[in-house]
Amino acid sequence: MKEIVIQVDELTKEFGHFVAVDKITFEVYKSEIFGFLGANGAGKTTAMRMLCGLSVPSSGNATVAGFDVYRQTEQIKKSIGYMSQKFSLYEDLTVAENIHLFGGIYGLTNRQMKEGRDRLVERLGLHNEMKKRVGALPMGWKQKLAFSLAILHRPRVVFLDEPTGGVDPITRRQFWDLIYEATEEGITVFVTTHYMDEAEYCDRISMMVDGKIEALDSPANLKRRFSASSMDEVFFQLARGAKRN
Amino acid sequence: MGGNRMKNNDCQSSLIKCQSVSKSYGDVQALCEVSFQVEEGELYGLIGPDGAGKTTLFRILTTLMLPDSGSAEVAGLDSISDYRDIRNRIGYMPGKFSLYQDLSVEENLNFFATLFGTSLHENYDLIRDIYVQIEPFKTRRAGNLSGGMKQKLALCCALIHRPSVLFLDEPTTGVDAVSRREFWGMLKNLKREGITILVSTPYMDEATLCDRIALIQSGKILSIDTPRRIIDKYAGTLYAVKAENVGRWARDIRKKKDIKSCFAFGESLHVSFAQSTGTAPDHLRDWLLAKGYNDVEVKPVAPNIEDCFIQLMEDRGWRLEVGDRRLKTGD
Amino acid sequence: MRKKLKIKSAIAANRNTQFLAFVRKEFRHMFRDRKTLLILFGLPVVQILLFGFALTNEIKDSRIVICDYAKDEASRRIIERFAANNHFVVEESLKSHLQIEDAFQEGRIKLAVIFPANFLSDLHHLHQAQVQLIADASDPNTANILKGYATNILMDYQKELSMDSPLPYQIGSEMRMLYNPQLKGAVNFVPGVMSLILMLICVMMTSVSIVREKEYGTMEVLLVSPVNPLLLILSKAVPYLFLSLVNLTVIVVLSVTLLEVPVNGSLILLFLESTLFIITALSLGLLISNLVKTQQAAILFSLIGLMVPTILFTGFMFPIENMPVVLQWFANVIPSRWYYVIIKSVMIKGAGIQAVWKETVVLLLMTGFLLFISFRNFKTRLEA
Repeated sequence: MKEIVIQVDELTKEFGHFVAVDKITFEVYKSEIFGFLGANGAGKTTAMRMLCGLSVPSSGNATVAGFDVYRQTEQIKKSIGYMSQKFSLYEDLTVAENIHLFGGIYGLTNRQMKEGRDRLVERLGLHNEMKKRVGALPMGWKQKLAFSLAILHRPRVVFLDEPTGGVDPITRRQFWDLIYEATEEGITVFVTTHYMDEAEYCDRISMMVDGKIEALDSPANLKRRFSASSMDEVFFQLARGAKRN
Repeated sequence: MGGNRMKNNDCQSSLIKCQSVSKSYGDVQALCEVSFQVEEGELYGLIGPDGAGKTTLFRILTTLMLPDSGSAEVAGLDSISDYRDIRNRIGYMPGKFSLYQDLSVEENLNFFATLFGTSLHENYDLIRDIYVQIEPFKTRRAGNLSGGMKQKLALCCALIHRPSVLFLDEPTTGVDAVSRREFWGMLKNLKREGITILVSTPYMDEATLCDRIALIQSGKILSIDTPRRIIDKYAGTLYAVKAENVGRWARDIRKKKDIKSCFAFGESLHVSFAQSTGTAPDHLRDWLLAKGYNDVEVKPVAPNIEDCFIQLMEDRGWRLEVGDRRLKTGD
Repeated sequence: MRKKLKIKSAIAANRNTQFLAFVRKEFRHMFRDRKTLLILFGLPVVQILLFGFALTNEIKDSRIVICDYAKDEASRRIIERFAANNHFVVEESLKSHLQIEDAFQEGRIKLAVIFPANFLSDLHHLHQAQVQLIADASDPNTANILKGYATNILMDYQKELSMDSPLPYQIGSEMRMLYNPQLKGAVNFVPGVMSLILMLICVMMTSVSIVREKEYGTMEVLLVSPVNPLLLILSKAVPYLFLSLVNLTVIVVLSVTLLEVPVNGSLILLFLESTLFIITALSLGLLISNLVKTQQAAILFSLIGLMVPTILFTGFMFPIENMPVVLQWFANVIPSRWYYVIIKSVMIKGAGIQAVWKETVVLLLMTGFLLFISFRNFKTRLEA
C-alpha cells in the first residue's frame, strides 16, 4: 500500500452561486508527480489554494501531509513548498539573501540552513553568483533557483503552479530533472502546466473540466482510453465540452 | 489566397523589414543585430522563450520604442520618421491584456472603433466570426471576462480598423491548449482575408502553424525559415527512446559518453549520438536492457521545432547538465 | 484644393468624435469607480465640517481662573461678564495668585485674570486701572486669541463706565480685528479648503488616471493608434474640471449656509478664478504623470509633493508674513498661495478684479509654464 500524502474527498468551493470546485476526490501518493491539468477557469487555482491552506473549502474534506485543511492550515503551510511562475523570488535581493530569507521563513536551524544552501549551490552551480542580485540572473536560473528554494525546507509536498511558463526548452528540461530528483528524495510534486508534453512526465494526471475531475490516470492509460496519440489530444477531447471558458 | 498572391507576384513587397536592430536597457542587451523580413500576406512566427527580446522587438516595430541602432520598416514606412502613418495602418495586441477592465465589451469595441475613425459595422465582416463568440457577453465588463474571452475581445479591438499588418505579442501565453487551438484557427481565417500577421509565442509546438518562423533566444535570431525547412536542417539523426517512466532516466543516459544530447519529449526521450554510427542505437538499447529496463524501444524519429531550437541553442554553447557552470547565458 | 479642404474637415470631424469618445470613456471610468467618487464628493463636505466646527480656531468654553484682590463693584461686574461670555468658563476664584501656577501646570486652565486691590478706587480716582491677564503661552495661538476675547470684555465694560462720566476710564488698550471681528475661523478656512480640495482632486486624479493607463498597458494600445496623444490628455481634464466645479459649488453652498461665511464679491469672478486655478492644478497633474510610472508613485507624489506644501505655504494655517524670507520666496511658487489670496479678497472682502489682477496674472503665467513643460515632455513612445 502506497503512503498517501494528499487525500481529497468531495472537496467543494462555492462563490455565491458559482461552484468553482465541485466535489473533487483524489489521492496523491508519496514521491509521486501528480499533474493537475485543466482549461482556464476550470477551478485548478481555487482547488490548489484550498490544499495550500489559503482558502477555506465550502464542504468536503481534505488532508495534506496528514493535516486537515480546515483546522490545521498552519501545520500544512510548514509541510509544503510553493512556487508559481508569477512570484517566487525577491529580485532585488541577492541569491544568498533569498536563501537566508526562505530558510528563515521556514525556521531552519543554522545547520539545516547551511546544508540546504550548500546542496542548492552545488546542484545549480551558483558558486560565483551568490552575491549577485536575483534580478540579474538569466530567466532559466531564476526558475530553477525558485524551485530549489521551495524545497529548501524539505517539505512533504511541493505545489508548482505553471512553473515552466515561457521558459526556454533546455531550461524547461533541466527543471524537470530537478523535479525528478526531488521525488527521489521523497518529496511529492503537485504540478499544473499548460505544456501538454510535460503532462507526459507526470506519474498520474487529473483533468479538471468545469470544476469537476473528469479523468484521473497515468498518461499511458489516458491515451489508451481516449484512443489518442498524445496528451494534447486527450486534453482537447476532454476540455472541448467545457462550458466555462 | 494569400499564398497564391505571393507566388504569382515576382517582386514581393516586404511589409515588415527589420535590419540589424539592436536595443539595450542599461547593461542588458535585449536585441542584438536582429534582421528579418515579413512578406505581404504571411503568417510569421517569432518563436522564443521569455526574455528572448520578443516584446522589445514588437515595441520597436509598432513605433513604441526607438532602436539603439539599425532600422525598421512597416508597410514601406520608416518606424522613426513615419511613425504616425504606421500607427494608422497596424493593429497591435500587447502581451498583457490592455483593454479597459471597467468598460463593457461593447464600450471597449466602440471606443477603439472611434479611435481609428471607424465603426463596429464598417469592418464587421472581418471580426464577425470572432465577435459572435463574445456577443452574448457584450454588456459584461471586460474585467469580468474569462481569459479566452478577453483574448478574443482584444483581437477584435486590434482588428476593428482593418489593419494591413497585425502584431500579436504572445497572444496564447497562459491560455489553455483548447483556447490556443481555437485562436490559431482565427489567425488562419484572418490570413485568408489578406492580413499580414506577426505573432510571437514561447510555445514551440505552435511554430508549425506559421508560414515562416524566426527562432529567437537572448536577443539573437537563431534561424529563419519555414518550419518544414528548419526541421530539414536538423543535423544528424534523432532517436526516440521509449519505455515506461522514461523521463526519470534522462540523466542516466546523458552521462554516457557517446550521447550528444538527451531530452525528455512527452512520452519518450529524444536522443542524438555523438557519432552517428549504425550501432550506437543498438548499444543504447542493450545498455538499458542491462540496466534492467524492460520494453525498451529505440528508433529514429523526425525532429520537431523544439528539437531544432535545442540544437541551435547547443551550437551556441548551451549545455544541458544541471549544475554545469558553463551554462551562463546564450552567449 | 477643395478635396484637401474636405479631407481637413473630415479629419476635424473625426477629431471631434474621437474627443467625445474619450470624454465619454473618462466619465464612465469616473462613475464606475464608486468608492473614489464617494471620496471625491465626501471629502469637501467632511473638510468643511471639520474645519468649520471641529478644527476651528474659534475657542469656546476655555477654563479660566480669577484672582480677585479687589472684591469691589468693578471687579464683580467684570467677572460677571467673563462668566456670561461663551468663550470662557470660570473654573474657580482663587484666594492668592500663588495658586495660579499650579492651575496652569495641571493644565486645568488657559487664562488667569487678576484684579489688584483698589481696582475700583484706582479707576475712580486715577481714571486708570490695571487688570493682569496671564495666558498659557505654550499654545501661542490660543493664548493670543484668548487675550483678544478678554480685552474685548474689558473694553465693553470700560465703554459702559465711560457713558455716565465726563472723563473716560481706561482699562487696557484698544484692539480692533479687521474683517473678522469675532475671530471667526471659517473665514480663513473656507478659501483654504477650497484650494486644498481643488488641488487634491485635480492633481491627484489627473495624474492617477493617466498613469493608470500606463500601468494597465492601455497606453501602449492608444499610442499605437492614430489618435493624437494631446487629445487623450485634454479629454482627461474635462471630467475632473467638471467634478471640481461641482465640488466648488458644494463648498460655497455649505460655507454660506452652514458656516455663515458670505460671498461678498462677484460669484462669477469667484468661479472664473477657480477655473483658472483648476487648470493650473490639472497641468500640474499632467506634469506628474509624465514623471512617474505607477499609480502609487502618482499618489505619493501628489500627496507629499503638493498637498503638504499647499497646507503649509498657502497661508491659511500659518501666516506667510511670519515665515523666514527663504520660505516666503518658496511660498511664492505654490499656486494655491495666490489662489488663496484671490479667493479671500473676492469672497470675504468683496473685492473686484482690479484688486486681484496681479495674483491672477501670476496664476496665468504658472499655468502657461506648466502646460508648456508637460506638453514638451509628453512622450509619444514608451520610455525605454
